[in-house]
Amino acid sequence: MTTPKSEEMTYPAEHSEHTGEVERRAADGDPIPDPGLHEPPPRYTDVDPSANKRAERQVVGMFTLASVFIVASIVAYVLFEIEPSEGVSNVGDVQVSNFALGITLGLALLLIGIGAVHWSRSLMTSPEFAEKRKPLTSSEDVRQDTLASFNTGAHETGFGRRKMIRNSMFGALALLPLPAVVLLRDLGPLPGDSKEHTVWDEGVRLLSDVTYEPIRAADVDLGQLINVMPETFRELPEHGPERLNERAKSPVMLVRMLPEELSPAQGRENWHIDGIIAYSKICTHTGCPISLYERTTHHMLCPCHQSTFDLADNGKVIFGPATRNLPQLPLAVDDQGYLIAQSDFTEPVGPTYWERGTR
Amino acid sequence: MSRSSAGRTGGWLSRTLSRRRRHPLAAVTVLLVVLFACGSAYAAFAPSSQSPIHGAETAQSTEVEEGRQLFAIGCASCHGLRGEGAVRENGTVLGPSLVGVGAAAVDFQVGTGRMPMGSPAAQAPVKPVAYSDEQIDALAAYVASLAPGPEIPEEEQYDTSVDGADPARGGLLFRTNCAQCHNSSGQGGALTYGQEAPNLTGVEPKYIYEAMLTGPQAMPVFNDETLRPEDKRDIIAFLEEVQEMPDPGGLGIGRVGPVSEGLWGWLVGLGGLIAFAAWIVTRSASARSATKASSARSSS
Amino acid sequence: MSSTTPPDVSASRNTAIRGAGKVVGFVDERITSSNWLKRNLRKIFPDHWSFLLGEIALFSLILIILSGVFLTFWFKPSMAHITYEGAYVPMRGIAMSEAYASTLELSFEVRGGLLMRQVHHWSTLVFIAAMSAHMLRVFFTGAFRKPRELNWLVGLTLLVLGVANGFTGYSLPDDLLSGTGLRIIEGGILAIPVVGTYLSYFIFGGEYPGEDIITRLYAIHILLVPGLIVALVTVHLMILWYQKHTQWPGSGKSEKNVVGYPFFPIYMTKAGGFMFIVFGFILLMSATVQINPVWLYGPYDPSQVTAGVQPDWYIGFLDGGLRLMPPWEISIFGYNIPLSVLIPAMILPGVILTLLAVYPWIEQKVTGDKREHHILDRPRNMPVRTSLGVAFIVFYIVLWIAGGNDFFATVLEIPVNWVSRFLQFSLILMPPIAFWITKRICLGLQRREREKVLHGRESGMIVVSPEGEFTERHEPLDPHEAYELVAHERPVVREPEPATDPNGVPNPNYKKSLRRARLSHFYFADVIDKPTRDELERVHHHHEEIAPSSNGETPQHGASDDQGGQHH
Repeated sequence: MTTPKSEEMTYPAEHSEHTGEVERRAADGDPIPDPGLHEPPPRYTDVDPSANKRAERQVVGMFTLASVFIVASIVAYVLFEIEPSEGVSNVGDVQVSNFALGITLGLALLLIGIGAVHWSRSLMTSPEFAEKRKPLTSSEDVRQDTLASFNTGAHETGFGRRKMIRNSMFGALALLPLPAVVLLRDLGPLPGDSKEHTVWDEGVRLLSDVTYEPIRAADVDLGQLINVMPETFRELPEHGPERLNERAKSPVMLVRMLPEELSPAQGRENWHIDGIIAYSKICTHTGCPISLYERTTHHMLCPCHQSTFDLADNGKVIFGPATRNLPQLPLAVDDQGYLIAQSDFTEPVGPTYWERGTR
Repeated sequence: MSRSSAGRTGGWLSRTLSRRRRHPLAAVTVLLVVLFACGSAYAAFAPSSQSPIHGAETAQSTEVEEGRQLFAIGCASCHGLRGEGAVRENGTVLGPSLVGVGAAAVDFQVGTGRMPMGSPAAQAPVKPVAYSDEQIDALAAYVASLAPGPEIPEEEQYDTSVDGADPARGGLLFRTNCAQCHNSSGQGGALTYGQEAPNLTGVEPKYIYEAMLTGPQAMPVFNDETLRPEDKRDIIAFLEEVQEMPDPGGLGIGRVGPVSEGLWGWLVGLGGLIAFAAWIVTRSASARSATKASSARSSS
Repeated sequence: MSSTTPPDVSASRNTAIRGAGKVVGFVDERITSSNWLKRNLRKIFPDHWSFLLGEIALFSLILIILSGVFLTFWFKPSMAHITYEGAYVPMRGIAMSEAYASTLELSFEVRGGLLMRQVHHWSTLVFIAAMSAHMLRVFFTGAFRKPRELNWLVGLTLLVLGVANGFTGYSLPDDLLSGTGLRIIEGGILAIPVVGTYLSYFIFGGEYPGEDIITRLYAIHILLVPGLIVALVTVHLMILWYQKHTQWPGSGKSEKNVVGYPFFPIYMTKAGGFMFIVFGFILLMSATVQINPVWLYGPYDPSQVTAGVQPDWYIGFLDGGLRLMPPWEISIFGYNIPLSVLIPAMILPGVILTLLAVYPWIEQKVTGDKREHHILDRPRNMPVRTSLGVAFIVFYIVLWIAGGNDFFATVLEIPVNWVSRFLQFSLILMPPIAFWITKRICLGLQRREREKVLHGRESGMIVVSPEGEFTERHEPLDPHEAYELVAHERPVVREPEPATDPNGVPNPNYKKSLRRARLSHFYFADVIDKPTRDELERVHHHHEEIAPSSNGETPQHGASDDQGGQHH
């Protein structure tokens, strides 16, 4: 083989099955010679005609039984209806139908499978064979021919010489993914400042979630927990994603403890109403809604990753992977005695993101 | 086999319930229950609506007195002689004040066997109930006499067989207010530092109602002003519906979701199939038993 | 029972065989198929239970596809809001997405719908478990070595795709549990520096959760990823078919052959039968064990959550990482990198996958071995590889347990905070301990086998010599068994090249070779080598001297234990 020209393709030098380094390993030889393929003794079904017959009957029996179960599954389908009825769940009917269908079909399939394997294990007569492996590397002739073909073709294109063609083609191909990315642009709008705001605002009443009743400060007992949505939430369109999105940002939990148990941070002294205090329900770790409030300890636990926040101490993280305190909603009372927000949250709710707090 | 044969045992529960509701006597029964409930509610409410200090009825004052005595023996060591609570030397609470917790709290704590507590722990465990019903009533009456607090709910408040109890709405309320701790099907869950939200399966409706009303242990309070009595009844209706319901898919494996499903998938699913695989690769039994070598090989 | 008689040339009277012959002929006349069939019908496949793990994965995949097609006929991948009026009473009148409502419809109003949902989910759990177990088998036996590195990569990609499709499927019913899972994913995406927020808005079509995600996940779940999986499974099987299967060491087996049973009929009936067994078994499971009861979880509402939030088992380790991570976050010029999310959600899986992907080449660097391997390693004969694998498994399992720490805390009645703390320490301490223990076990096994080859099997019979010495009689090994114990290669511990050549010129490769030598030492320095032929002979001499003709026969010198089988 001549030294290849720089433009020609070659195979890597190390392709032989053995390299010098490893040759040493086999040098010592096996301490025990290979006694050759182990010839297993014959099976009962090979030597005993009655065992053979019995196995045959078993296989036939399994296949026949499988047919019976297939028919049974159709019967079960027709027999066990799951008609819904007024006022009562049909869960029991579904249970029966599911069980009957699954058992019959499952047994049918299982019997077909076991029958086939049993047939193979006890009645088929192939002995164990040794098959030779062919080397996976092509023979040297073929490899050289392939190289020659490739290099001829490459030469005919002038790929190596015509650098302008080559480079401009690579350039065009390299740009090709761009439109694919650009075409995906309309997958969603840009975030803008939407992550910084919720529909909470000055004077927005706090509504008890689900019932959407406003909450009178006087009605909130010590140790109380109320899951809260903003009154403005109800003004959002019924259809479309707005309500769902707001449910992912705005939910608030309202609790009441003794005012002296609170230790509000500077500037937050008037954010509570006589121990009534409200925090965002969205965990600052990965955004699970949390309201696992412990009345006695004032701990708030996230069920997803066990971040724990102290609601008596400004929603501070006291355990777990969360890095930020729960955002607090400043509260006030309107002239009818109902709880309202002083403003929106003063920081973005939910998990940390790259540009959080830069606006 | 007819469609209503005994093979369909799974659904009998939900059906029996429904059948009962549609039974011709159902309306009469409901009427009777409501009448009875109203009557007893009146009987119970009428005196208690007055301030306990005015309580002129001797029956009630003897009950309070009996409760006071029981309290002094069984509860005062932690909660103080007059239920004012007690603090340890290091300043931690030994037993919280019971002034204003109301009869409902006593009925819940003592009636479910949480109190008397025995030894201090992160959370009062459920034990066999230590007092008789009359004694519990007496204790409740005494504690209620200390200061006004939540009353023991009347049966009609948690009776979900009345018209209008809406389990679907209850489910919505449950998932918003309760599922975060008790799990969406009421299986309970872990809280911080050894506390836990108990499994609600099989808990009497009265105690569920009282728990919401009074906020036992670490549980917050859901008073009647913000979670109205009909809301509470719907929640109880939802729990009853879900708990009486069979699991349509087969074994419920705890109804706790992916963790037990994953264990089943590995141990039973893959494990069972590997057992089949081990059977498939062996030959059927050999006529001679001297097959040590071959069996050793197939298991190397 | 007539395999020994030559095939009858005249047309068979059996209609089935005649029909088959017609089909084979028809196809052959058009695409020369007999050429291929001739070579492959009697292709040999070795038998071992661990070789069927991949088959379990394949067959459960088929079942996933079949049941999945059934589900698509009813499932509506839409987040449009509707009010449920279906059969399931505890949800009537509740607002929910069409996706969730159609899942309830499938479960309660379509006969066999719940069964197919459960089949789909159970077979997915089994599919990914089988792929993982298969991959572990390949790892521990060294089946990833040349020439099978390609298939190792294809298999790893399949595992990743399987997990990805499992997760997208988990999210589709839009129930409370899966929605919470999506929310956590959103948190993970937001943690990506610079582009996180934008990515999240593109994926969800705006603010989380929007109304697009289910539809998008559906396209990915039923079209994109399954297409890739089926394509790659085809590649996987073609490579396997072409390269022929690996085999365990043993008598009659070598690097140049493959010993087993012919594809037609033995392997075909066994594999075909196993397919039906897998189908039947999973159906029986689906008939009797409930999975993913979405009706108990309720429809997804981003303001609700349930205690016991867990993902399916194959995502559990990621969730566990999120739970164990300390609260680290760094801030650069006001821009935030929440490491407590980024590391477990992005970096950790990236590192694990990269290490798995490059492992075949790492080991090749250590051994310097570029030869083909078709004989598997018994795990004990590669103690360090085996121990690395076990250490990884332990690492993974600690993360997995952490993913259900609240579940285990409730079951074991231990505070969840303690469970977390314990697992944090375990994650760091347990893998090295597992490594050390596994290596000791492997070396112990190797030592025992070496003794066994040298001295034979312990018979439990005590013999008293004329001098009054008690010795235990050892029975010689069966030659097949003895060969199996020594059929592996001797490991070579590589030494570094000299620092300078004979002329005192510094060797530029010295540092590199030193590094390699260190790795080689790490892998092989402690390995208990199998006895050499000399050692074996010396021991036999020795045996003769201390116990001449103890059983009336003398083992022949140098002939090892050839006749061992007949000694007793």
